[in-house]
Amino acid sequence: MIRGFLFHIGRYTLLMKQVFKRPEKQSIYIKKILVEIDNLGLDSVGIVAFISTFMGAVLCIQMAFNIDTPLIPLYTIGFVTRQSVVLEFSPTIISLILAGKVGSRVASEIGTMRVTEQIDAIEIIGINPATYLIFPKVVACVLINPILIIMSMIMAVLGGWLAGIFTGLVSSSVYIYGIKSFFESYDIFYALVKTVVNAFLIVSIAGYHGYYTRGGALEVGASSTKGVVHSSIAIIVFNLILTQLLLA
Amino acid sequence: MIEALNISKSFGDHKVLNDVSFRFETGKCNLIIGQSGSGKTVLMKCLVGLFEIDSGNVMYDDRMFSRMSFDEMKVIRQEIGMLFQGGALFDSMTVEENIIFPLSMFTNQTTEEKRDRANFCLSRVNLVNVNKLFPSEISGGMKKRVAIARAIAMNPKYLFCDEPNSGLDPLTAIVIDNLINEITQEYNITTVINTHDMNSVIEIGDNIAYIHKGRLWWSGDKDSILRSDNPELNEFVFATELTRKLK
Repeated sequence: MIRGFLFHIGRYTLLMKQVFKRPEKQSIYIKKILVEIDNLGLDSVGIVAFISTFMGAVLCIQMAFNIDTPLIPLYTIGFVTRQSVVLEFSPTIISLILAGKVGSRVASEIGTMRVTEQIDAIEIIGINPATYLIFPKVVACVLINPILIIMSMIMAVLGGWLAGIFTGLVSSSVYIYGIKSFFESYDIFYALVKTVVNAFLIVSIAGYHGYYTRGGALEVGASSTKGVVHSSIAIIVFNLILTQLLLA
Repeated sequence: MIEALNISKSFGDHKVLNDVSFRFETGKCNLIIGQSGSGKTVLMKCLVGLFEIDSGNVMYDDRMFSRMSFDEMKVIRQEIGMLFQGGALFDSMTVEENIIFPLSMFTNQTTEEKRDRANFCLSRVNLVNVNKLFPSEISGGMKKRVAIARAIAMNPKYLFCDEPNSGLDPLTAIVIDNLINEITQEYNITTVINTHDMNSVIEIGDNIAYIHKGRLWWSGDKDSILRSDNPELNEFVFATELTRKLK
């Protein structure tokens, strides 16, 4: 098992070395990055907004029900909702959801191209297939995911505000006061660092599994699953490492 | 001219190619023939660098291809056109975009020039009004022809065809064979064709290598293959009732 793990780490590292080689024609790659921003990023706006709004609402209601002593001020609801959303929910949980959506798409797209010899065709034309296929996706996700995560934070806080008002658990002014309380801009920096690392992990790991697919339709499915599972594990592990490095 | 010099290739303990040497000549259709599993596809993939060889060399007009780095290989690969067994067309691109793709990557041609080149290549393989269709919308024979059009878009010096007739009816197979032969002669290309279709051998086999159990078992041309006294080759060539009657 350890040998297998080390084999994958070695092969992944070598692939990344190929991915970050100088692109053949930069204008083509810029176009490809824009297409991938649309495919991988903008296509995820709906699901991210939907989940974030409802999770923010749930966080607010749960917090309100857990405050059962008058010693804790009600604005804590807004404060804790914001902190949960900024520190963990948006950068990590939304990244895990994106690992499922984007990771499976990347792995199955590249895996299908591998089993139908399209990657061989790219290589024979004289193009580095690792750079051509994976690099624009990595750059697109690294650029667009922070925007998605900031949008997720806004939607989650908004969801909490709506839930607080409509359930009558907290007034608008108190919730907003909580949202503004003890704000540290470093928390946003920490969240965005995690987001960028997670974006890289999602696309590179899914791309790796797609790139080394062998066989047919079943193996493409297996690669897609592996891409999602392994990138999710990597997100969780790096979440701990980054939290220790940036917050401890 | 392409030269395979003492090529050996193994996968694990299984030796697929054993000390194969052969010269693929310019302006000719060079055929690699052999039974399924004999190692001919592996040989072709070793020639184009998709598989790394264990020992031996591959020379492209005195350039030692097999010892080149990935970036050095890229230069030679721009001189290579390849027709894959399944076509390997980019399925999310239209026919025209497939042909334009290498031009966009390696030339500074205008959109109009690239479109003209695509139209010329398509007309060369006798295809019209298919520019805007996707690969899933055309037949198997048309896919092969589009793949040939893409392969010749960059005016290659070397053309590789992996089983160009597989899955095609006999009439379309002859059309494809003749097309490859015409292009080879017209542009003086070194063409390497991997096949087990005896019709292709008889039609266009200028220079033939018979691979058996990973070794070069016999070499010659379409005339000498029918007169060979090599028992393994005869077993392969005259496997069908039709070819036995022909003999």
